[in-house]
Amino acid sequence: MARQDRDWFAHAMLGLGVVLFALPVWLVLAGSTQDSDAIARGDLSLVPDLTNFSAYPRVLAHGTMGAQPVWHMLLVSLGMALCIAGGKIAISILSAYAVVFFRFPFRKIAFWSIFVTLMLPVEVRIMPTYSVMATFGLINTFTGLWVPLIASATATLLFRQVFVAIPDELVEAARMDGAGPLRFLKDIVIPVSGANIAALFVILFVYGWNQYLWPLLVATDPGLDTIVIGLVKMIGVETQTDWSAVMATAVLALLPPVAVVLLMQRWFVAGLAEGEK
Amino acid sequence: MKRRALLAGSAALAAAPYAAARAADKTKIVWWHAMTAALGEQVQHLVDEFNKSQDTVEVQGVFKGGYADTMNAAIAASRAGQAPHLVQVFEVGTGTMINAPGKFVKQVWELSKETGIALDPKNYIGAVRGYYSLPDGRMASMPFNSSTAMMWYSKDAFKKAGLDPAKPPTTWEDVVKAAKAIKDSNAAEIPCTSAWFSWIQLEQFSALHNLPFASKEDGFAGLDTELKFNSKAHIAHLDRLIGMAKDGTFKYTGRDSTPSQLLISGKVGIHFDSSGERGDLVKSAQFEWGEALLPFDPQVIKAPLNSIIGGASLWTMTAPGRTPAEYKGVAEFLAFIGKAENDAYWHQHTGYVPVTLAGFDLSKKQGFYEKNVGADLPAQQLTRGTVTPNSKGLRLGRLVEIRNNIYEEVEKAFQGGQTAKEALDNAVARGNKVLRDFQKSIKA
Amino acid sequence: MERRTVFGGWLLPILLVLPQLTLTGFFFYWPAAQAVWSSMTTQDAFGAGEVFVGLDNFSELLADPLYVASVGRTVVFCVTVSALAMGLALALAVFADREIRGKGAYRTLLIWPYAIAPALSSILFLFILDPRVGMLGRPLNRMGIDWDYHLNGNQALLTVVMASAWKQVSYNFIFFLAGLQSIPRAVIEAARMDGAKGWRRFRTINFPLLAPTTFFLLVVNIVYAAFDTFGTINALTHGGPGKDTETLVLKVYRDGFINQDIGSSSAQSVILMLGVIAITALQFRFMGKKVTE
Repeated sequence: MARQDRDWFAHAMLGLGVVLFALPVWLVLAGSTQDSDAIARGDLSLVPDLTNFSAYPRVLAHGTMGAQPVWHMLLVSLGMALCIAGGKIAISILSAYAVVFFRFPFRKIAFWSIFVTLMLPVEVRIMPTYSVMATFGLINTFTGLWVPLIASATATLLFRQVFVAIPDELVEAARMDGAGPLRFLKDIVIPVSGANIAALFVILFVYGWNQYLWPLLVATDPGLDTIVIGLVKMIGVETQTDWSAVMATAVLALLPPVAVVLLMQRWFVAGLAEGEK
Repeated sequence: MKRRALLAGSAALAAAPYAAARAADKTKIVWWHAMTAALGEQVQHLVDEFNKSQDTVEVQGVFKGGYADTMNAAIAASRAGQAPHLVQVFEVGTGTMINAPGKFVKQVWELSKETGIALDPKNYIGAVRGYYSLPDGRMASMPFNSSTAMMWYSKDAFKKAGLDPAKPPTTWEDVVKAAKAIKDSNAAEIPCTSAWFSWIQLEQFSALHNLPFASKEDGFAGLDTELKFNSKAHIAHLDRLIGMAKDGTFKYTGRDSTPSQLLISGKVGIHFDSSGERGDLVKSAQFEWGEALLPFDPQVIKAPLNSIIGGASLWTMTAPGRTPAEYKGVAEFLAFIGKAENDAYWHQHTGYVPVTLAGFDLSKKQGFYEKNVGADLPAQQLTRGTVTPNSKGLRLGRLVEIRNNIYEEVEKAFQGGQTAKEALDNAVARGNKVLRDFQKSIKA
Repeated sequence: MERRTVFGGWLLPILLVLPQLTLTGFFFYWPAAQAVWSSMTTQDAFGAGEVFVGLDNFSELLADPLYVASVGRTVVFCVTVSALAMGLALALAVFADREIRGKGAYRTLLIWPYAIAPALSSILFLFILDPRVGMLGRPLNRMGIDWDYHLNGNQALLTVVMASAWKQVSYNFIFFLAGLQSIPRAVIEAARMDGAKGWRRFRTINFPLLAPTTFFLLVVNIVYAAFDTFGTINALTHGGPGKDTETLVLKVYRDGFINQDIGSSSAQSVILMLGVIAITALQFRFMGKKVTE
C-alpha cells in the first residue's frame, strides 16, 4: 500500500538523519565508558563498554578541579538558562505583538532597532558590555550572568513572523466578541503560537545553558561557575585530559536540555489543535 | 523542635573555627589563570600550600578560560578598574603587557622594591627570566610555567628501522637520514613531523643557531624592530623540510598543538613538540619513546646555544584603591613559588621546567632524574652555553599574528604553491606591517 | 510586511515595546556605539594612547587584497552552510511531521545535537575527521583517498562547512517542525481531498505556508554562519591551510581578542555588521511580500 511505502521511506530517511546527526552525541555517550588513555591515543570507539560506568561516580563525587561540585554548577546553569529563556520569550512576545498589531509612531524604527542587534557579534560587544555591567555593579553577580543575554532579537523576529501570519478572521472574531488587545494576546495569540513558543523555549534554554564566554568574563566567584565552564576546566591543554570524565560530565550536562525537550513535546501538538478554529 | 535546636547548635559549633579565622581578616589576593585539568589541580595545590603556610594572606586561584580569554578578561577588568591582583599571561602576550602603562601593571622589580620582599633575578634560570625581563635585566613579570621544545622519537620505530634507539640524531643531517631509514623500512606511519611549527622550526632554530629572529635584540631593544627570519640559513632550513616533505619523510600536520595527538598515538618516528608532552606520554603512550635535545646544523653553528621558552608568566595588576598590604601579599606569594622546594614540586608534577636554579638542583638531589630519565633534558637545554641577545626570547607585539602569517605562508609552501624563500619573505613583509601597526598603537 | 487588521491606540504598544528597547539600548547600542568609536581610533590594549584616525582603519582593510578575498570566502561559506543546514533540516522535518510511529523519539534524537556544549562538539569532530586517528578520516586514507584537511584547502573548507552546518541542522529542524505543525490540518486535508499528491501538495501548500519560518531561519542561519562559527573553524583548521578557511569572524576574533588590535577589529565588525544588515534588508525587500499570506 502506498501509505506504508511512504512510511517506510520516512523511517529510513529519519533513521539516516539520526545516525548522521546524533553520531557525535553517541560518541560522547560511548566515550564516557571507555578508558581515558585509550581515547588520548586516538582510540575512541563507537562501541561503549557497558561494564564501565566508573566515570560517573568519579565525576559526581570528585567534581571537577576547582572544588565545584557538579550539582552546584548544574543548578547555576539551570537558573541562568531558565531566566534567559523565560526573559527573552516574555519581552519578545510583547515587542512583536506591539509592532505587528498596532500602528504607532516610530513603530518601524522600534522594530528595526531591535532587529539590528542580531548583526553585531558578541565578541565585539563583550568588552564594552563588561564596562556597562561594571557601571551597574553587576559584575560577579547572578543577575549579571543573564541580563545582557536577553537583549537579542531572534525571538522577536520569530514572533513577528508568526503574528503577521495569523488569519484576519481571528482578529475580527475577537473584536466582535468585544475583546481588547490584551485579552486577544492572552487568549488567542499565545495559544496559537504554542508550537513556536515551545521550539523557542528549547532553543533559548540550550543557548543559555551553553553560554561560555560571557559567564567566564563576568563571574569570578567559583560559586557562579556554570556546568559548561566546569567542562572546559576539565579539558587539558598541553596536559593530560581525563577524557572519560570529560565525556561523563558532558552527558550529565546534556540531561537537563534533553529533559526540557521532552517536556516541550506536548506543546508542539497543543499549538496545532488551537490553530484549527 | 528539639532536634532542630540540636542541629542548629552543632552547626554553630562546627562553624566556630571558621568564624575565628575570618575574624583575623586576611588580605585577599585574586589570581586569574588559564590552567585546566591536571595543571589546574596543581595550581590549586600551590595556592592551598601557600595559604596554609601563613595566616595573613589568602590567595584565590580563578580559572578564566584559555590564555587568550584570561588575558582579555584581565584587560577588560583593568579598564573597568576591577583588575585581579595577579594574572597568568602567555609568553606571546609579553609585548602587550610590557608596554602597558604603569597605572595598569606593576612590574616585578617595582613590586619588589616597594614591598621590600626580595625577588632576585639571579635566582632564576637565565633563559627563562630573560624572556620576561627588561633589557637591563630587571624582571617585568614572574616566570611561572615554562616549557621548551624537544625532539621526541619512537624507540620502537628506530629499532624497526635499524637505528640505535639509545642514540637519537643530534644534527639535522642525521635527522634527515634517520627519517629516510624510517620511511624505507615503514617503521612509522609518519617518519617526521613537528608541532608548533613557527615556535620550533623558526624561533627555536634562530636561538639555537644564534641567528636574529628580529632586529634590535629580537625586539627587546626597541619597538622599531624588524623581522629577520628570512636569512639564508632560515631559508635553507625550511628548504630542507620542504625537500623532506617531497620525499615523504616529513609531513606537515597542522598548526599549534594539533600534531601533538599523533605523538601520543605512536604514529610518528621523529616528532618535535613541547617538553610538556612528557606527562601525556608517561600516562597514555603504549610504545617505547625517547626524549632528546633539539638537533642543530653544524654548518651554521659549531655548538648550539640554549633554546627559548614558551608558556606563561605572572603579571601583577594595579587597580584603584589597591593597598600596600595587597601588594605585599602578592610579593609574598611570588617569593613562595620561587622557593626551591615549591619550584621543584611544580616542575616534577607538571612537566614544566624548573624556573629557578635552586629548584633544578633540588630535583637533581632528590633523584628525580634517575627515576625519570630524560626529564632533565629541557632544563639542560635551557642552561647550556651563554645567553646571547638572539637567545633571550622574543619581545614582539602581536606575536600571535606574526606566527599566523608564518603558518599561512609555510602552509602554502608545503602545498607546493611557493618556494621556501618566497614563503619566508612574504611572512617577514606581512609581519613587519603588524609590527609597525603595533608600534603606532603604543603611545610613548 | 503588514497586517490589515490592527488595534488602535498608541500608549499600550509603546509600553509593550519598552522593556526590550531599554535592554537593547543598554546592552547593544551603548556597547555598539563604543565599538563604532573604537573603529575610528588606534589604541593600545588598555585603551591608553587612544588616537582618533577617522576612517583609516576602514580604508586600510578595504585596500588589502587579502581582506577582500576573505569577504568573498565568507559569502561562499555563509551561503553553503545555510543552504546545507536548511535543506537537510527541512527534509527531516517533513518526514518527522508525518503520522508515523516513533515521531516523538525521532524529534528528540534530532534535537539533542544542538544541546552538546560547543567546546566539546568541535573536539568530537576532530575525533571523527582527523586524517590519522579519526573514525572516518583514518578509513578514508586507508581506502586510498588522500584525506588531509591540514594541507588540502578544499577539504578544509568542506570540513568546516560540514561541521558548521551540522550544528545548525537541529536548530532549523526544530523550527521547521514547529512551522509545519502550525499549519492547520484542515488546510492540508482540503488539499488532499482535492487530489493533490505528496510532492505537489508540499510545493503548493506546505512550503508557501512555511514561508515565515523559512525567512526567519534564513536570516538566523546567515547570521550564525557569519558570526557564530568562530569556535568550530578555529578548533578544526585555525583558518588554514594558508587562508583557505579564514572567514571574516576569525580575523575579528584574532585581531580583537588575541592581538588586542581594538581599532582594526572594531572596524572589521562594523563592516561585517553593515554587510549582514544590507543582505537582510534585501531579503526583506524581496521576500517580505511573500511572507504574508
